[in-house]
Amino acid sequence: MQLLQVDIWFIIEKLILITVILLGSLGIAMYATWGERKVAAVMQDRIGPARAGLFGLLQPLADGGKLFFKEEILPDRSTKFLFIMGPALAMLTACMTSAVVPWGPDYVTQTGRVVSLQVADINIGILFVFGVVSLGVYGVMLGGWASNNKFSLLSSIRAASQAISYELAMGISLVALLMMTGSLSLREIVSQQHGFWHDGYFTWNFFKQPLGFLIFLTCSFAELNRAPFDLPECESELNMGYHQEYSSMKLGFFLFAEYINLFISSAILATLFFGGYNFPFMDQVAASVSPLLFTIICVLVLLTKIIGFILFFMFVRWTLPRFRYDQLMRLGWKSLIPLALINMLITGIVVLWVIK
Amino acid sequence: MEKLTNRAAPVNRDPITFGEKIYLPAIAKGLSITIGHIFKKKATVSYPEEKRPFSPVFRGLHILNRDEEGRERCTACGLCAVACPAEAITMEAAERKPGEEHLYREEKYAAKYEINMLRCIFCGYCEEACPKDAIYLSETIMPTNYTRASFIYKKEDLLIPDPKNKEAK
Repeated sequence: MQLLQVDIWFIIEKLILITVILLGSLGIAMYATWGERKVAAVMQDRIGPARAGLFGLLQPLADGGKLFFKEEILPDRSTKFLFIMGPALAMLTACMTSAVVPWGPDYVTQTGRVVSLQVADINIGILFVFGVVSLGVYGVMLGGWASNNKFSLLSSIRAASQAISYELAMGISLVALLMMTGSLSLREIVSQQHGFWHDGYFTWNFFKQPLGFLIFLTCSFAELNRAPFDLPECESELNMGYHQEYSSMKLGFFLFAEYINLFISSAILATLFFGGYNFPFMDQVAASVSPLLFTIICVLVLLTKIIGFILFFMFVRWTLPRFRYDQLMRLGWKSLIPLALINMLITGIVVLWVIK
Repeated sequence: MEKLTNRAAPVNRDPITFGEKIYLPAIAKGLSITIGHIFKKKATVSYPEEKRPFSPVFRGLHILNRDEEGRERCTACGLCAVACPAEAITMEAAERKPGEEHLYREEKYAAKYEINMLRCIFCGYCEEACPKDAIYLSETIMPTNYTRASFIYKKEDLLIPDPKNKEAK
């Protein structure tokens, strides 16, 4: 009868966690739009949105409200079902990835109950992320193709080929990391990076796989369709690309999904390479504060790292010009994939003969 | 051929080096420039709260002046209308009646005085042409409006308030 026994607290706990993470990622994505505009402004010696609320903090709400009240246009010659499915799919896949990220260490209550701050600890966590992220490009592809517009079609072809090209290098750079950690579970990868310094070396994977991190980071830019790799929405050539025919909240969903993806990939980067919720001297901190406070500190540390990455993505976007399409492909196939392969080879040699 | 300036620099057509090919130093350099700009003084002027001072020769909205006793200076000679290159000014003259000496300085005055602000190019020739120091271009920007009719400024819109009797038009 063990199988049929339902732990009601477990379900409630997970439901709360899912709600909090979903709302949290939506909220952060919302304020990432505000942050993007502020970053763009201060980098160009402007002050950015400042009218709506204090420091323009209500700007995302105003933008959202505007998008909701705009006219909904379905192009006459479009494939209606796929046209609507495009942004829906983009949004769905963007929200799904956060399920496997461990947001903090396990919290043990007074009654001895272990509360995990991860929605699902599946043992192939990182593969799940990859699968869902590569599904994400279908949203762009379907949306662009269903618009029945040649610019949108070109843009969706670009998006697809770019995603495929860079996923290869991304996957190979990750293989090198996985050979070091020996696990696909994100929870396991994070717990291996416990603290900051152990046995005379850094524990964070960034210090073990700097080249892998660099390749992974570059590929995340491409996967996120962000500048300097935002070829699919290249306004000067493709005239807004795949979201040209979109209006109202469907456009909003596309833009919003991009910012959720930004948040999630920052979380994945922080988790894989920068120790997730781990921070230096965490054992000393854990010994001196209550378990609940320690968990909160850990979550805040992870959030800080994520926000750091988001800011980095923004800084790069407002610094670099867009790559040309052939340059993009050359970088992906001729530089990043060979580099990732060499990195994998060296890591393999080191794991096999040096570490044993 | 003689060079126009001595600032010309030859274009560097060397093949790019390995250091340039890996982009990273250039990216770091670019980031240091843009991040440096975060801490620079912002160029934005938050307009309605903060205003930039006009230059002393700024030519804004017209005013019709009064003399020290609060009488209208304009004598409806029409020189401003003649000088106006955009033909924005029209006026109708009227003769001053006995008992109106406290209103109009000269024996003839403008019964109707209109400037079409959509035609006006704010050149200031009317100001220069005026023999009676009656019309001046102030330091006010013309306010926007929704109708064309509202841009035709009547005498009441242009005349400055009477320094003695603030209520009277």
